[in-house]
Amino acid sequence: MFNSRITSIIRKEFVQIFRDPRTLAMIIIIPIMELFLLGYAATTDVRNISMAVWDQSKTTQSRALLDAFRAADYFVLDYSVSSSDEYQALIESGDTRVALVIPPDYDRRLLDGNAQVLMILDGSDASVGSTALSTARLVGQAYSTKIVGEQALLSGRVAASAPVEVRTQVWYNPDLDSAYFNIPGVIGMILSFITSILTATTIVRERERGTIEQLIVTPIRSWELIVGKLLPYVILGFIETAEILLIGHWWFGVPIRGSGVLIIITAGLFLMSSLGIGLFASTMSNTQQEAMMSVMMFNLPMIFLSGFFFPIAAMPKFLQFVSLAIPLRYYLIIIRALLIKGVGIAAIQNEVIALVIFGVVIMGAASLRFRKRLD
Amino acid sequence: MADFLVQANGLKKYFDNVHAVDGVDLNVRAGEIYGLVGSDGAGKTTAIRLLVGALLPNAGSVNICGYDVFTQTEQARATIGYLSQRFSMYEDLTVLENIRFFAEIRGLSSSEWLPRSMEILEFVGLGKFKDRLAGQLSGGMKQKLGLASALVTRPRLLLLDEPTTGVDPVTRQDFWQLVIKLVSGEDGVSVIISTPYMDEASRCHRVGFMKAGKIIAEDSPSNLRARLNGRVMELRGEPLNTLRHIAHHDPDVEDVAAFGDKLHLRVKENAADRILARLPVEIEAQNARLISLRLIPPALEDVFIALSESNMESEVA
Repeated sequence: MFNSRITSIIRKEFVQIFRDPRTLAMIIIIPIMELFLLGYAATTDVRNISMAVWDQSKTTQSRALLDAFRAADYFVLDYSVSSSDEYQALIESGDTRVALVIPPDYDRRLLDGNAQVLMILDGSDASVGSTALSTARLVGQAYSTKIVGEQALLSGRVAASAPVEVRTQVWYNPDLDSAYFNIPGVIGMILSFITSILTATTIVRERERGTIEQLIVTPIRSWELIVGKLLPYVILGFIETAEILLIGHWWFGVPIRGSGVLIIITAGLFLMSSLGIGLFASTMSNTQQEAMMSVMMFNLPMIFLSGFFFPIAAMPKFLQFVSLAIPLRYYLIIIRALLIKGVGIAAIQNEVIALVIFGVVIMGAASLRFRKRLD
Repeated sequence: MADFLVQANGLKKYFDNVHAVDGVDLNVRAGEIYGLVGSDGAGKTTAIRLLVGALLPNAGSVNICGYDVFTQTEQARATIGYLSQRFSMYEDLTVLENIRFFAEIRGLSSSEWLPRSMEILEFVGLGKFKDRLAGQLSGGMKQKLGLASALVTRPRLLLLDEPTTGVDPVTRQDFWQLVIKLVSGEDGVSVIISTPYMDEASRCHRVGFMKAGKIIAEDSPSNLRARLNGRVMELRGEPLNTLRHIAHHDPDVEDVAAFGDKLHLRVKENAADRILARLPVEIEAQNARLISLRLIPPALEDVFIALSESNMESEVA
C-alpha cells in the first residue's frame, strides 16, 4: 500500500506543513491554547457562592446552623444584613447569589421541632442556582438529622425512629472535579476540529492554487492521492492526541487509567471520522474559506449535540436521535470511560462499533465524491 | 491507429448551455507540432483539458499512444506531459523539490529522478535556480519549470496550454527553441500547443483554427496563408486615417487592418488589378499621399482575422 507515489505525496505534505508557520502553529500551539482555555473556563464546579445572612435570632443555635453552611465549602458568608431591602439590593447588584434568613424565634421553634429558615436564590444563572439550591437542601437535611438524633439522646429515648440517611459514594472522581469530565471532552473537540479543518484546507488548497490540474494529469490514482494527503494528518492527529493527553494528565491531573493500546486505537478510529468529515467538506468547496465554513457547518452542531456541553439525556427526543449520528458523542463516552474509569473493551464496544460505522460511511461517501477531475 | 499519436473524435463539452467544445476531431502525428489557435473563449483550453482527461466530455473519444484517455486513463497519462495555462507547481516547494515530486508520482524511482531532474533543469536553463522556491521565480522561469516538470518522465506527447502568454519576447524565443529541440531530438516528442500569437502559430507544423468550440480550418501555416494568395494588399501613405477611410469604402475591399504604419487590405478574389487602378486616383482626389500599394504574400495574421469574421468562414475555410 505504500508505493512510491504515496510516499512522495506524504513527503511533499510534510515539507509544506513545516514550511508554513500558520499551519504549524495551528497544529502545535492552538491545541495547547484551547486546552488551557477550556480546561479552566469549561468548569461546572460551583464553589464559593456568595451568601448574605440575616440572622434575626442571634443565638447559639442559629450560629451553629451558619457553621454548618460554612463547613459545606460551597458558600461564603460574605454579608451580614439586617433588612430584606439590604439583601435584595445585594442580589440585584449581583454581589451575592443567596440570602439566608433565620427568624427571631428560630431557637424556640427548634425545640418544638418545626424550625424554618428562608433561603432566597438568584435563579438567573441556572447552574449556580441549582447547585446552591441542592447544596442548601443537603446542608439543611444533614443538620436536622443531626439535631433529631441529639434530641432523642437528650430525652433519653433510643433513636428507634432515626430518619433515613442517604450515604453516597462517588466513584472514579471522588471530589467531583469537573476537569475529569471536561478535559477528555476538550481532547475530543480539539481533535475533531483541527484535523477536519486541516484536511479540508490541504485538499482545497490544491484546487485553489491550481496545482490540482498538474496532479490530475499524472498517473496517480484517486485513492493514492487521498491516502497520501490524509496520512500526514493522521500522524499529526496522533501527535496532537498525545500532546493534549499528557498536558491534561500532568497539568490538570486527569488520570489515564485505561489501556494505552485502546486509547490509541480509539483515537485512530475517531481520527478516521474527522478526516472523513474534512475530506467530505473539501469535495463541496472550491476555496479554503469555503472549506473552513463547511467544516464549521459539520462541527458546530456536532459539538453541541455531542454531550460535551449539555447532557444528551436532557435533550428533546428528536435531538437525542440526531446525536446518534455524531461521532464525537461516541468518542466522548469512550475517552471518558478509558481515562477516568479505566474500563476494558467490553464496556465501550458499542461506541467503538458506532465509530467504525461512521468512519467507514463518511470516508466512503467522501471518496466517492472525490474526483480527480476539474469538473 | 496508423501513425497518429493522438486521435480525438467528435469531442463535445458543454458547461450548462455553453458549448465550449462542440465537435472537435484532432489527429496528431508523432514528431509533429500542432498549434491550436483562436481568440479567447474559442475553446482551446477546454479542448486541451479534454485531451488530457482533466475534464470528461459530453461526447467523443480521445486516444493517446493507443490508450483510451477515459478508460485507460492512467496508462494514457503516463505518456503525456502537460503544462496548464495557470501556473500549477507548488510555490512553497523549491524548483528541485517540485521536479522531484512530479517525477516520483509519475513513477520515476529514487535512483532515476535526480540525474534526470538535473538534466532537464539544465536543458531548460534552471540549473542555477534549483534551490529557489517556485513562488519566487519570474513568470518566464515559472513556465520553464512547468515545462521541465512536464518533461521529466520523457513523455511522448507534450500538451502546452498558452505557455508563453504573459512571457517576455526573449523568454518566448528561448521557450520555442526548447520545444523545437524536443521535437527534433532523438525522442521525437509530439507537441500540441495553444497560442494566441500568430508568430508562434507559424512555427507549428500544422495549425487548427478554433472558433466557437469548433476547428473551422486546419492546415500547415503555408497552406493556410495560400488561401489568401492574391487577396492581401499593403497600402502605405499618409494620413493613415484618410487612407483607411478611402480603402474601407472601396467595394472590392473586405477588410482593412492596421499593421504599424501600413494598412493591410483584404480584397475580393481577382480584384487586385481593379483596386490598383482605382485607389491611387481616389487618394489623390482626397489630397492624401500614396507611398506604395502592392500585393503582398498574406501573413498568418491576415488569415486569422479573416477566419475570425463569421461571414468569411465558408469562403476561406
